[in-house]
Amino acid sequence: MTNAWTDIKNTDLVVVMGGNAAEAHPCGFKWVTEAKAHRGAKLIVVDPRYTRTASVSDYYAPIRQGSDIAFLNGVMKYCIDNGKVQWEYMKAFTNASYIVKDGFGYQDGLFTGYNEEKRDYDRSSWDYVIGEDGFAVTDPTLEHPRCVWNLLKEHLAPYTPELVSQVCGTPKEKFLKVAEMIAECSSPTKTMTSMYALGWTQHSKGSQNIRAMAMLQLILGNIGVRGGGMNALRGHSNIQGLTDLGLMSHLLTGYLTMPTEKDTDFETYMSTRLFKPLRPGQTSYWQNYKKFMVSFQKAMWGDAATAENGWAFNYLPKLDVPAYDILRMFELMNHGKVNGYICQGFNPILAFPNRAKITSSLSKLKFMVTMDPLETETSRFWENHGDFNDVDTASIQTEVFQLPSTCFAEEDGSLTNSGRWLQWHWQASSPPGEAKHDSWIIAQIFLRMRELYRKEGGAFPDPILNLSWEYEDENEPTAEELAKEINGRALTDLMDPTDPTKVLVAAGKQVVNFSQLKDDGSTMSGCWIYSGCWNEQGNNMGRRDNHDPDETGAYLGWTFAWPLNRRTLYNRASADINGKPWDPTRKLLEWDGAKWTGYDVPDIAPTAKPQDVGPFIMNQEGVSRLFTRGMMRDGPFPAHMEPFESPVENVFNRKMRGNPVARVFQSDADQLGTSAEFPYAATSYRLTEHFHYWTKHNRVNSALQPDFFVEISEELAAEKKITNGGWVRVWSKRGSVKAKAVVTKRIRPLICDGKPVHIVGIPLHWGFTGSAKKGFGPNSLAAFVGDANIETPESKAFLVNIEPSTAPKDKEASV
Amino acid sequence: MNMDLSRRGFLKLAGAGVAATSMGALGFGEAEAAEIAHVRPFKLAMTTETRQTCPYCSVACGIIIYSKGDVRKGDKAEVVHIEGDVDHPTNRGTLCPKGAALKDFVKSPTRLLYPMHRKPGSDKFERMSWDEALDRIARLMKDDRDANLLLKNEKGLDVNRWTTTGMLAASATSNETAWATFKFAKSIGMVGFDNQARV
Amino acid sequence: MANTMDSPRTAVSNPPVQPMETNLTQRDLIRRSATSELPQPERQLTPVAKLIDVSKCIGCKACQSACVEWNDTNPVIGENVGYYTNPHDLTADMFTLMRFTEWVNPETDNLEWLIRKDGCMHCADPGCLKACPAPGAIVQYSNGIVDFVHDNCIGCGYCVKGCPFNIPRISKADHRAYKCTLCSDRVAVGQGPACAKACPTQAIVFGTKEDMKKHAEGRIADLKSRGYANAGLYDPPGVGGTHVMYVLHHNDKPQIYADLPVDPKISAVVQTWKGATKYAGLAVMGLAAAGTILHGLFGNANRVSKHEEEEAQEAVDHAEKRVEDA
Repeated sequence: MTNAWTDIKNTDLVVVMGGNAAEAHPCGFKWVTEAKAHRGAKLIVVDPRYTRTASVSDYYAPIRQGSDIAFLNGVMKYCIDNGKVQWEYMKAFTNASYIVKDGFGYQDGLFTGYNEEKRDYDRSSWDYVIGEDGFAVTDPTLEHPRCVWNLLKEHLAPYTPELVSQVCGTPKEKFLKVAEMIAECSSPTKTMTSMYALGWTQHSKGSQNIRAMAMLQLILGNIGVRGGGMNALRGHSNIQGLTDLGLMSHLLTGYLTMPTEKDTDFETYMSTRLFKPLRPGQTSYWQNYKKFMVSFQKAMWGDAATAENGWAFNYLPKLDVPAYDILRMFELMNHGKVNGYICQGFNPILAFPNRAKITSSLSKLKFMVTMDPLETETSRFWENHGDFNDVDTASIQTEVFQLPSTCFAEEDGSLTNSGRWLQWHWQASSPPGEAKHDSWIIAQIFLRMRELYRKEGGAFPDPILNLSWEYEDENEPTAEELAKEINGRALTDLMDPTDPTKVLVAAGKQVVNFSQLKDDGSTMSGCWIYSGCWNEQGNNMGRRDNHDPDETGAYLGWTFAWPLNRRTLYNRASADINGKPWDPTRKLLEWDGAKWTGYDVPDIAPTAKPQDVGPFIMNQEGVSRLFTRGMMRDGPFPAHMEPFESPVENVFNRKMRGNPVARVFQSDADQLGTSAEFPYAATSYRLTEHFHYWTKHNRVNSALQPDFFVEISEELAAEKKITNGGWVRVWSKRGSVKAKAVVTKRIRPLICDGKPVHIVGIPLHWGFTGSAKKGFGPNSLAAFVGDANIETPESKAFLVNIEPSTAPKDKEASV
Repeated sequence: MNMDLSRRGFLKLAGAGVAATSMGALGFGEAEAAEIAHVRPFKLAMTTETRQTCPYCSVACGIIIYSKGDVRKGDKAEVVHIEGDVDHPTNRGTLCPKGAALKDFVKSPTRLLYPMHRKPGSDKFERMSWDEALDRIARLMKDDRDANLLLKNEKGLDVNRWTTTGMLAASATSNETAWATFKFAKSIGMVGFDNQARV
Repeated sequence: MANTMDSPRTAVSNPPVQPMETNLTQRDLIRRSATSELPQPERQLTPVAKLIDVSKCIGCKACQSACVEWNDTNPVIGENVGYYTNPHDLTADMFTLMRFTEWVNPETDNLEWLIRKDGCMHCADPGCLKACPAPGAIVQYSNGIVDFVHDNCIGCGYCVKGCPFNIPRISKADHRAYKCTLCSDRVAVGQGPACAKACPTQAIVFGTKEDMKKHAEGRIADLKSRGYANAGLYDPPGVGGTHVMYVLHHNDKPQIYADLPVDPKISAVVQTWKGATKYAGLAVMGLAAAGTILHGLFGNANRVSKHEEEEAQEAVDHAEKRVEDA
């Protein structure tokens, strides 16, 4: 989230599209109801289903899943055509005026440079014209035909209300009503917030869905302001934290990136990451990358990381592919190329697409380790449960360790919420049985491996033997010790740059925040963006001052937000080019002639003059990007693409299937179904009564929603002779499930490309362990394809068939 | 209508409670008072409060765990109730149907209690000691790493990449646990390392 | 004052953990079932109310969950029969229930998903209490709470028949009647009900009845501004008003919200039992015996019989006929 949950109360219009906030984030959604009740805000829901969020909306418009880009591009076109643009903001704070190279273009659903064989673009033409001074060439008048603004208008031209309706199935008048309501927020004194979640990410073009809305928000001037923003409602309590801390194949901490085989040494690695400004005077904050990277290496390997050895750069593994993401790992596993796998608090046989492939893959492992407070389907993937898990147990040769871990109530530590607040919690209860903290389990495996390497030697033991592991009890690092390491400290005395005789931070003391980190090895910090979380003032994550001066919703004294306790990202954009708030009643920051003042920590140097320095300091341009250059694999503008399994053809290019540059493994391509065989458009989702696969272990939540079901329209039920509450079978090219049918008016057939499209809704909370009735999930059916940029599986749009059926059979009790 | 008004109204009510004449003053003896108090005794009396965060979605609602026993005093503590924390700026004491039933997650009958082991081909889990399980896991991992760590690519560049053992990290663990997990996974050269953010 | 104030909230402070004296005692009772001479209380507690704003409700069932956890009930894990309403009805272990209705507004042709939290309305004129033959099994406090005293309950089921909202349920386990207590144990120490505290959107709020009515006015004005011309407060006069009230977007047709009664009244049948059957019958049974003993004697079998019901209905019919004739 760019903004905080509590900031949503400041909005005038909430657009929930690609998510279902009332259902998946009820207590965050509270702030929508507050905005409605106290500001007269309106709520729009655009979704294939009339959801619980829709039930309290002011306006609902249906849409076919996987067609969001067409809809959003249509809204952008509507706004531009009708002059509903926050002109001053757009001109000053976006790259609308930047001139693009001549080679760039778009035709038949493809950008220039497409190579069908490689399923990739040559992106060299997707870039700015760079002048002789080394800066990007711009035309502030926006008259140049090759400026981003004019290219954007050209790109959006086909997205008429008629085309939107044809592609999305949204009735034209409903689309226009939504567009009209959104367009009103181009006023500097009206803001809209976008609340989205996996309804946008779980597509083969998920990143582009989000870009489309981000661009719309930029031309409406809604980024960096109170009540605005792009608010990704993250799914798990600490999914933000684990991303920030880089627990991903392609990341290090704080969005530093893993080296690749191109990064032959530390200098080469750094050379592509220092991003010099593309316009005069801009901040381009990544120029500090080296300070964060060296401090990170020092946190990892301490004294073993030296200037001489490139800060132990060779200790880091180097990638030969963009990432060993989960789809790639299970593809390798299914080919017998993975031997061991650890699942910590993770249930892949329910969470990953194409369950048959996941089960087959796990069956090829030599060993699997699970660490979880609860039983999971994954830890028992080898156990036969009749129709619910029909495996041949004896043939599965995987050795399995099921390790009991503690749950939240039994530990200290911090979690980072969707609004980037790091909130500390305290242990309340004793662990049951022999359950142990995850940090203890990890430490034990590490220490035992390190001991084996010490005794026996082995393959490249250096990064293991030299890993910094300095804890009072190395068997169990405490949360406090780990948090302090994340924050970082001085390794030698840090002198005051303005007075070299003065010690700013004495050796061994915590740094105040990342502004004190150095690239010479004199500081260490596990994760630069978290620096400030536990400094010499103490544990800032445990702060509990809930005062909120002038009720802006900022709560600066409540816990700690990254970066630097900032609550709204890009908040400098809440004021105009002269530093005056766009909306004085919703002031966030203001330039007082010498510095930025206001309710939040400025997202810019506090003395940076408003006319000189742009608000988007992480970008080389200093402004935001309506055109992303070559930074995304599937295009610098969002373009309509169909899901890989779609009930209709792509109207821009009827031969094109899915995202033309998304990676698809051959065996998965062979398992893609067609609409002739599988005529119905399925989608997956959460229900408010459950949290993933956890709460089916809870008797209360199981009572509130006991049984797996699928939802279909009354029309489809009539056509297929399916009765409400009766059993149905739903199957795709990859699997089959049995479910109770919920026949509802909340799903209606849509007319897309001239034909009716029926939607089958499949919630995701059931399995074969726990208190709830045994059941299945959508991932038994979903396709094994991912987003072109980050490989998030396309679990929100796939094709199925459906028929009336009988109850599934459990395994007969053994005698 | 605003909160202040409502607050005043509510406090008036609560105030009545504080000012209520005691049973004794009303002429009832202790035993009689107990007998006639039809309402259930307030079940949180004499419990220990702990500030916590709901572990489900990313709203991260503030909660208070009420327990019998205090872990800070070295007691064995057991959760008796969980309720929203009124002081928390986001949820203001409210909770969703999952958060409101957190106690029954902590005390779920399917909580795992002991390390369990399944032999290849077996149809059951068997108890195993922590030491035995951890030693065996470390052995399996080291052997696989030693056999399959790719030290150099075809150009002779150090790549130190281990692709044959992977890990999924839990996005419900704390940042501190995540940092320990990160250090472990990246230092051993593991690249097939992701968390729920990927899906 | 800024217009971005938080809504009225149920809890203004976290629950106490120090022992507290209860503020609801027998001295605060204004009615007691099957008891004719109850001394009137020396003090009047401020009437309380729970207000359920159906237009803000997202149907998340947090209220159900919080109710189960607070009251330590154990609802069964049932099955899906084609609806979101789970369990499928109120039970002795589920005192409150979200009832889901898919309703197409004939004026706009738009679907509206009407979600109503069902449960005891805490009537000012409680039909359950009036129907109850067991002394002290149902009580009403001067703040409006109608509570069941299970030790005195004989499990006869008269309260079920007496309730114009069909709320109480008899437990199969102990054959006593159960329903929402308005969390009398929480209210007694200055806390609002568990459901209201949990409600994420604060569609459920709790406070003095006066405040809740004022809050409702603001909500109704907001709904009218959004085109719900018939938005209004449901506080039915037929039962003397209720201490659980609804804000409805379509207050002109409460029946569309899962059969919320348009004009609930205590059934005339119940009034007739009271006069003709109830006391006479119970006198024979030995009214003086303690409720617990009665309960032990009659247990599960002590329900309103079909015969009794028919007899009473006949009596009502006769009475009505006489009125018409007159």
